[in-house]
Amino acid sequence: MLEARALSCVREDRLLFKDLSFSVDEGQILQIEGPNGVGKTSLFRLLAGLQPAYAGDVFWHDHAIASIREQFYQQLLFLGHYTGVKPELTAFENLRFFQKMHNPTQQQDLWAVLAQVGLAGYEDLLSSQLSAGQQRRVALARLWLSDANIWLLDEPFTAIDKKGVKVLEQLFLKHAARGGRVILTTHQDLQLDNQMFSTLSLRKPAPEQQYV
Amino acid sequence: MFKACWSVIERELLSASRRKSDILNPIWFFLIVITLFPLSIGPKANTLTSIAPGVIWVAALLSCLLSLERLFKDDYVDGSLEQLMLTPYPLTLLVAAKVLAHWLLTCLPIILFSPLMAVFFSLDWPTFWAIALTLLLGTPTICLLGAIGVALTVGLRKGGILLSLIMLPLSIPVLIISTLAIDAASMSQPNIAYLAMLGAILVAAITLAPMAIAVSLRISMS
Repeated sequence: MLEARALSCVREDRLLFKDLSFSVDEGQILQIEGPNGVGKTSLFRLLAGLQPAYAGDVFWHDHAIASIREQFYQQLLFLGHYTGVKPELTAFENLRFFQKMHNPTQQQDLWAVLAQVGLAGYEDLLSSQLSAGQQRRVALARLWLSDANIWLLDEPFTAIDKKGVKVLEQLFLKHAARGGRVILTTHQDLQLDNQMFSTLSLRKPAPEQQYV
Repeated sequence: MFKACWSVIERELLSASRRKSDILNPIWFFLIVITLFPLSIGPKANTLTSIAPGVIWVAALLSCLLSLERLFKDDYVDGSLEQLMLTPYPLTLLVAAKVLAHWLLTCLPIILFSPLMAVFFSLDWPTFWAIALTLLLGTPTICLLGAIGVALTVGLRKGGILLSLIMLPLSIPVLIISTLAIDAASMSQPNIAYLAMLGAILVAAITLAPMAIAVSLRISMS
């Protein structure tokens, strides 16, 4: 179980959220909502262990994630604002690097995966020559390779067309059905009629509580 | 685990091969400096031989500094640094692999070009040999120490000046010992003690610096 216990986040002396607790069970899809600047991305960085929390901690099976980094990262797929796709490498080379780092023993055919995300014919083009949406797709192709349990996706639908969003929604449902966890932020309305789907709304703290 | 390190090195070399100007710049700088010095000072073999160790080492150091900043900067901008920190491998090893790739790309060519220096500065065989050896032992240390500075300044918008301020005092011991070793060799005295010192510093840097780099990266990313 992935669990956030009494998380507080402070950025530049400004309180973003306080005493935030929630847990994500197997097969759950959690959408984090809230206006811009409310701390969604900061929350994601806390959940990924990229940034220590001001107070509280994130637990994976009752261990603080900072103490079990390597086991935790085996189960984590994180896609942030910047996707980690190298512009001077081709789509195929980028994906192959991710596969080598995260699933070295896997034999899945990368060409087929790239075709699945609509990049057939673009495999050998440098990523810098791809459009914004196509670059996103290179990063999202990792979802098809991944056997990680937790998918932490910050705005995965940015620059993705409607059909692509549909495909991703189906993929999330499939991942949840096999016991995976999906946590995502998006400003789109998700068409997931599923009892495993829930939302978490972040609100700005009252003005008098904003400073620490 | 070593496969992961190898993948990192492979990716670094591949992406460097796509942007050759970044790699050629520091080497070009080094070549220009060591070509201009003999031309501007004149062909007196005595003077040239006596300034050679200093000039060559300062040029090598500066070209190292010139290229160090891009060690983590590009990765920071496109998000691959974040992804590197989220792999199931120790960050210490992965950054060590990155530094090794950087050394292969920027410092090894300088050492390969060193026979050219022997001609420019009319060096005798033992002196040239000493220069090549000190570069071989000293430049990895510079890269490792510099990487700590880069890791600390990677999140800053104008970290360049801060980086050189952090780097200069750290690189002075290597610089002094190297020039002493070369001087000793040019006076046909044994210089093995200096080389041993350089080697000791290098071993210490290899063991300790990657940890410091990893911790600094975690701090600057938060």
